[in-house]
Amino acid sequence: MSTNKDEPEKPAASSPPIPSAAKPPAPAAKPPAPAAAKPASGAQPPKKEPEAPPFEKGLVEEIKKKFGESIKVVFIKPLRIKIQVEPNSIVEVATFLRDSMGFDHAESVGGTDYPKDGQIEVIYHLGSYTREDLGAHILSLTARTSRDDARLPTLINVYKSVEYHERETFEMLGVYFEGHPRNDRFLLPEDWADIPPLRKDFRIKGR
Amino acid sequence: MTSLEDKFEESKKLGLQIVRETEDDRLMTLSVGPQHPGSGHFRFTIKVDGDYIVYCDPDPGYVHRGEEKMCEYRNVIQNIPHLERPVIHDSNNITYSYSLAIEELVGIEVPRRGQYIRALASELNRQVYTLYWLAIYGIFLGHSTMFMWPTGDRELFIDLLEALTGARVTHAFNIPGGVRNDIPDGFKDRCVRQVRYFQKRLKEYEDIFYNMPLFRQRTEGVAVLSKEDAVKLGVAGSVVRASGIPYDIRKAEPYDIYNEIDFKVQYMKTGDCFARSYVPFLDMKESCYIIEQLLDKMPQSGEVRAKLQPNPKGPPGEAYRRVESGRGALGYYVVSDGTPKPYRVKISVGSFRNMLALPYLLVGQKLADMPAVYWSLNYWPVEADR
Repeated sequence: MSTNKDEPEKPAASSPPIPSAAKPPAPAAKPPAPAAAKPASGAQPPKKEPEAPPFEKGLVEEIKKKFGESIKVVFIKPLRIKIQVEPNSIVEVATFLRDSMGFDHAESVGGTDYPKDGQIEVIYHLGSYTREDLGAHILSLTARTSRDDARLPTLINVYKSVEYHERETFEMLGVYFEGHPRNDRFLLPEDWADIPPLRKDFRIKGR
Repeated sequence: MTSLEDKFEESKKLGLQIVRETEDDRLMTLSVGPQHPGSGHFRFTIKVDGDYIVYCDPDPGYVHRGEEKMCEYRNVIQNIPHLERPVIHDSNNITYSYSLAIEELVGIEVPRRGQYIRALASELNRQVYTLYWLAIYGIFLGHSTMFMWPTGDRELFIDLLEALTGARVTHAFNIPGGVRNDIPDGFKDRCVRQVRYFQKRLKEYEDIFYNMPLFRQRTEGVAVLSKEDAVKLGVAGSVVRASGIPYDIRKAEPYDIYNEIDFKVQYMKTGDCFARSYVPFLDMKESCYIIEQLLDKMPQSGEVRAKLQPNPKGPPGEAYRRVESGRGALGYYVVSDGTPKPYRVKISVGSFRNMLALPYLLVGQKLADMPAVYWSLNYWPVEADR
């Protein structure tokens, strides 16, 4: 966990970003988020966007310095950063985040189905136990894959903590994690014979 | 002197059937749960070689309810009563981070008194959960008194919460925008009195349970989780704090009014079963101080809930908010597409994360230590299944 950044500006832990304002993912001077069911940039809220906090910006700069424009920054909010990467570079980026940035574990792995784009977004919420100044921060690492052939490389060799989360994502959204030792049934019944339930075309009966 | 091999060959010639023992014959597969009370609606398969556990495979899902899918069909407020079902003993905390996430998405400002009251309710609720957990831990280590006492003292906090919210366990009290109702008259005095009494009881717990040589022998040095492995496995809450990492969301990322409260993060360095069972106890002690501070610092009057439109909705966006529950960080990832119903809700719970440590810790332990290891993980199966 080395950082070349010596940011004096630590986001004051005493001012959590509680209800600062409803802000849609702010494409902070970066290429806008995947044009998609996601944040419609047309629906600009009346309030003006708050400036991205410097510490988070510094973290993003560090990542961008290493990987350049292949990283899409979806938003930078206080304590929350979301970046999107290409599926084939996700392992490399995750390794960098773990070794050089100090994000040492994954808190959760989830997926969201966007049938309109024909894509599924898998999101890793990465946190840090070892770096104290990152304790409040969550870096969301996302990658999108097509709905019809949903495949992503597993991050299990980088973050051991994603093992069960990825298994859950596999069965709930049908994303096959290449290299994961067990893409199989986890929470659902053993005789489950339907499409993955968290896909949008799965409907709860009677609803 | 004929060797075993010779005898084996000889018996073949004589037409005798001798079956040699293989590795598989020595191992016995046991299924723990899902209906056995020792695992609490959670099944894991273990293989034992004599007394020792050599393999463990958790198989959750017995009480999977599809909470995340259900969230997509209901308005943000309608989601509150069913979201607390996964862990009814800690229902204020599991709806707390959901409320925080919705408030961030919709843009709701919670009145200060409301923030204090819901922090208070959550602290009381954490005590209820931890006492329940302690009772189970006690009884599975064969200590009946440690089952009776916490179960009885848990009523102190349940009574307080009943006075506060009107329900004993499923409160539906934390809602986006604040809390459902104000605290009743005379609540503060009653709360202080009962918490003071409980603090005395905690000393007795320590004497009868934590300082008992038998308990120490059964837990000290058993199933050690090192600091590095705790980070690697990404465990949460008391498990990670028992391994020497002082990480508490209330301190790391203070939500609501926790930055105005003076408290210490309780942690230990040994990482064994004893530390994992003692850290929740230390948390309970610390929580008593937090409750008294909350009662003192609370604004004496004011709104407890922000006015909301009937079906609150915000612009499209997403939020990930966490609180410290009885079982560690409890996060909600909520994606909104601008409609009153959430587009996606992902619940990240400490139990699910701690489950990863189970096979890691159990392999190599004696079968008799299984309950001590399993329950020390502060694992709540229903919450992990969601």
